[in-house]
Amino acid sequence: MEKEIVIHMEGLTKRYGAQTVVDRLSLDVAEGEIFGFLGPNGAGKTTTMLMLLGLTEPTAGTVRVCGFDPARDPLKVKEIIGYLPENVGFYEDMDARQNLRYIARLNRIPDQVSTVRIDRLLDEVDLAKEAHKPVGSYSKGMKQRLGIAEVLIKEPRVVFLDEPTIGLDPDGTNKMLDMICALSRERQMTIFFSSHLLDQVQRISDRIGIMIKGKLVAAGPLAELAQRGLGLEEGEAYTLDQIYMKYFKEG
Amino acid sequence: MHGIFTIYRKEMEDHFGSIRFLLIAALIVMVGVIIASMVGMSMQDELKGVAKPNFVFLLLFTSTGKLFSFTQFIGFLGPLIGIILGFDAVNRERTGRTLSKLVSQPIYRDAIINAKFLAGVTMIAIVMASLVLIISGLGIRLIGVVPGADEVWRLLIYLVLSILYISFWLGAAILFSVVFRSTATSALASLAAWIFLSFFVGLGGSFLADAVAPMQQTADVAQATEAFINNDRVQRIVSFLAPATLYGDATSTILDPLRKTPRSFILMGPLERLSLSRFQNPLPLVQSIVIVAPFMISLIAITFICFGICYMVFMRQEIRST
Repeated sequence: MEKEIVIHMEGLTKRYGAQTVVDRLSLDVAEGEIFGFLGPNGAGKTTTMLMLLGLTEPTAGTVRVCGFDPARDPLKVKEIIGYLPENVGFYEDMDARQNLRYIARLNRIPDQVSTVRIDRLLDEVDLAKEAHKPVGSYSKGMKQRLGIAEVLIKEPRVVFLDEPTIGLDPDGTNKMLDMICALSRERQMTIFFSSHLLDQVQRISDRIGIMIKGKLVAAGPLAELAQRGLGLEEGEAYTLDQIYMKYFKEG
Repeated sequence: MHGIFTIYRKEMEDHFGSIRFLLIAALIVMVGVIIASMVGMSMQDELKGVAKPNFVFLLLFTSTGKLFSFTQFIGFLGPLIGIILGFDAVNRERTGRTLSKLVSQPIYRDAIINAKFLAGVTMIAIVMASLVLIISGLGIRLIGVVPGADEVWRLLIYLVLSILYISFWLGAAILFSVVFRSTATSALASLAAWIFLSFFVGLGGSFLADAVAPMQQTADVAQATEAFINNDRVQRIVSFLAPATLYGDATSTILDPLRKTPRSFILMGPLERLSLSRFQNPLPLVQSIVIVAPFMISLIAITFICFGICYMVFMRQEIRST
């Protein structure tokens, strides 16, 4: 059965003055997929996400998220997506539960429902013991996990994660990646995440897009990129490193 | 509307728990009560053995005790309440990196700024209303006079004027918090604007007036008067830019029924002066309102202009997490 396309971009362009940050980006992401968006810092990954969320208007091109135009129906899009910004922040004087409750209320989730969900999510992200402490005392990894809980509280169809593992130690990174995998497998969520770290993208993504200087230079499953980019035959050994450097030099 | 209500509720919780707000509110309530009780006690002595004069209750708010009157005090320091409530409204969320999260929730973006403004106005209303109520209660005990309906209405209008005046400063502070990324910068900018508009616009006004319409030293009385009037007119126009002047003129007219014009007595025409000397009865409430209405409308207008600019700037800003 053909899977539904949940993220659709066509000719998407964003210019700030004379500078083109995102250049004619065309991409489709299907339901339930984990899409890794790879590129060096400043390649336009975050700007692309902002356009998908309706937080920035594209200069040209079309975007559809679950069939809605984020620039015209921002509320409809924001109801069904979850977004974890890079270096997410919390209200530091409130505890984890209060932070989650606030976001739940903004999503019109009644308190009876959210109480159950908050307890379950805190368990899942392994913060149940620390839930009563003010978030200001949390470590980076704990904050990032709380961020995931906050994204999940509205039970979104599509999740956008902007550099979810940045600044985490190896253990924290592994936990985060496992969690992302579980989201896709167990809840059938579509995940669109950006990173500049190759091995992480390689580990969990179904498909990969490589973005360099605002242009999407390649997109597809890892094996396909290897064949096309490096001219390798099936079964030959390769690493994403090689593919990435190849495209990076071309870009 | 749902988003506004949720954010409003959280902002109110924040304000009630914020130490700096509680400090400034306590300070203002304390000084206000001290001034009013000083005035009350001196009135107690003066009123002994005298038949009750008209509108004695309002004198609690307008007569200058040893230092200044209550209305003058609010005119000077009231803006600080607004500034403290608003100066970090938006950039606190920005530096805490919660703003990008907030705007990605299914709420309209203006809900954020509207809710913050409304929560601030509610806090101002609570502080001012409790202050006026405390002073009224104190006044009833000290001077033993119960305010009449007319006086109560005048106090209510005074309360609305004060809330509007302080809300202007709240709007200005929120505007600075949208424009400047650092909370320290927006706090300093709000304070600078407050000092400038409250203290220096008056000075600048007389300076400008002397430049535009200099006073002449001539023997001709008519000509000298003419020049004087022109000079004063320019000064008044400039001082209308200062919210403190608008507030001062409006409150002194509404709280003092014997004052029939916000203009200074020297500038009244001969007929006006004649009528003033003939009719020494206090102005009826409705007439006082008629005089105050333009000031009230100007205060509403500048508050809304200020908030409107803030709203526009905020809606156009791109919100990134970095």
